Amino acid sequence: MKKYSGFSLFRNALSHNLNWKQAWRKPEPKKHYDVIIVGGGGHGLATAYYLAKVHKIKNIAVVEKGWIGGGNTGRNTTIVRSNYLWTEASLFYEKSLKLWEGLSQDLNYNVMFSQRGVYNLGHNLQDMRDIERRVSANRLNGIDAEVVNATQIKAEIPLIDTSPDARYPILGASLQRRGGVARHDAIAWGFARAADALGVDIIEQCEVTGIHREKGRVTGIDTTRGKINAPKIGVVVAGNASVLAKMVDLRLPIESHPLQAFVSEPMKPVLDTVVMSGAVHGYVSQSDKGELVIGAGVDSYVGYGQRGSFQTIEHTLEAIVQLFPMFSRVRLLRMWGGIVDVCPDACPIVSKTPVDGLYFNCGWGTGGFKATPGSGWAFAHTIANDHPHELNAPFSLERFTTGALIDEHGAAAVAH
Amino acid sequence: MLLIRCPWCGDRAESEFSCGGEAGISRPLEPNALNDADWSDYLFNRTNARGAHKELWNHAAGCRRWFEAERDTVSYVIKRTYKLGQAD
Repeated sequence: MKKYSGFSLFRNALSHNLNWKQAWRKPEPKKHYDVIIVGGGGHGLATAYYLAKVHKIKNIAVVEKGWIGGGNTGRNTTIVRSNYLWTEASLFYEKSLKLWEGLSQDLNYNVMFSQRGVYNLGHNLQDMRDIERRVSANRLNGIDAEVVNATQIKAEIPLIDTSPDARYPILGASLQRRGGVARHDAIAWGFARAADALGVDIIEQCEVTGIHREKGRVTGIDTTRGKINAPKIGVVVAGNASVLAKMVDLRLPIESHPLQAFVSEPMKPVLDTVVMSGAVHGYVSQSDKGELVIGAGVDSYVGYGQRGSFQTIEHTLEAIVQLFPMFSRVRLLRMWGGIVDVCPDACPIVSKTPVDGLYFNCGWGTGGFKATPGSGWAFAHTIANDHPHELNAPFSLERFTTGALIDEHGAAAVAH
Repeated sequence: MLLIRCPWCGDRAESEFSCGGEAGISRPLEPNALNDADWSDYLFNRTNARGAHKELWNHAAGCRRWFEAERDTVSYVIKRTYKLGQAD
């Protein structure tokens, strides 16, 4: 792997940028691997990278039915934060946030991680009580968090409507200053390039059609590019988790929903932070290109179609325009839907399964992007040691049988 | 927006309805006879089918009655809707 640097930019500029090498190889699948990761999104590529880097496993394949980062990694609002309520969740997301902070250096790839702060708005007294509770819980867990009032919000975000007669009056917010946004494509490309440099085979256009088992153990997969054998298989396929689980007669506590987001036409910088509101199901930030990036809540029905219903868009935009009246004149440029795998307790499953050698990483629902490096790091540990790390042990599949759910849905009261 | 045929009111806009999730899940008659795994399966596990899917819908801003729909979860085409218990 040729290292990217200021000097390499300069040298390639001299040759009219015609001599950049491809960032990762396009290998043919081998007959056998030590570990196969199914799913070439951010989480899958991160898993492969940490398996190779931390656990020194060399013979790894990532199989992806489409192209790298073409699923939810390229279809989200790129918000990164770790201010979750429950200790299990907040420590896991905080591990991820810490990895984000060093990721560009680690991968030698600029993931454009910008810690511009994340505001979670409170619109009524109960919201503010929940915010006080969550901020206190975060601080007890060593995570930066503060409560700000409406005057402070108005001082830092002049465009926001904090007047008392607003449709959604703003009483205050929680603020995590270390939160922010990152470049969605860069995280997939950066992990793919770094994993490839460590010898990981990234096999695109390769859909899994079956999973082989012998005596309760996985032995390999059938794909559209032939059979591939491996004693360990990690499945990280987001919205299609239930489809893969069905191949081994496993039922998951997951439903797949469309989640929509939209981008406006580019404009001059107006918003230098991230504003979220769980109560109105909307969140907004401004990209480096100047587009407003706006996210909605999930559509209520099960859907695999990568698009959702118009009233969900309308509902979210109504709320955003109420919060930021100036945005009423901004036109949308494009919109899209991703398929998110939602667990009943809104927490992920990063776990072993009843099938030996088969591991599932799913259920991230609407909040998976922020967890990309931490999820890969913990899943790699789980696969390499056949045992979860203490950070992801609470996120097992068994918690739905034992009842030890981690109820972030109601408790955190925030849109993911 | 989907056009959904309420078995009582006819074709109406999707925004009048709320989706009640997978159909055909009935509460076990003797919960005490179930082990934790079976109870968990009833409570949490879902078919989450990619393709044909039977689900419950409620005409929330209309007649407020529940009915079932057969919908494709990839194309979102609603094949048919019918009153509860009239699947066939």
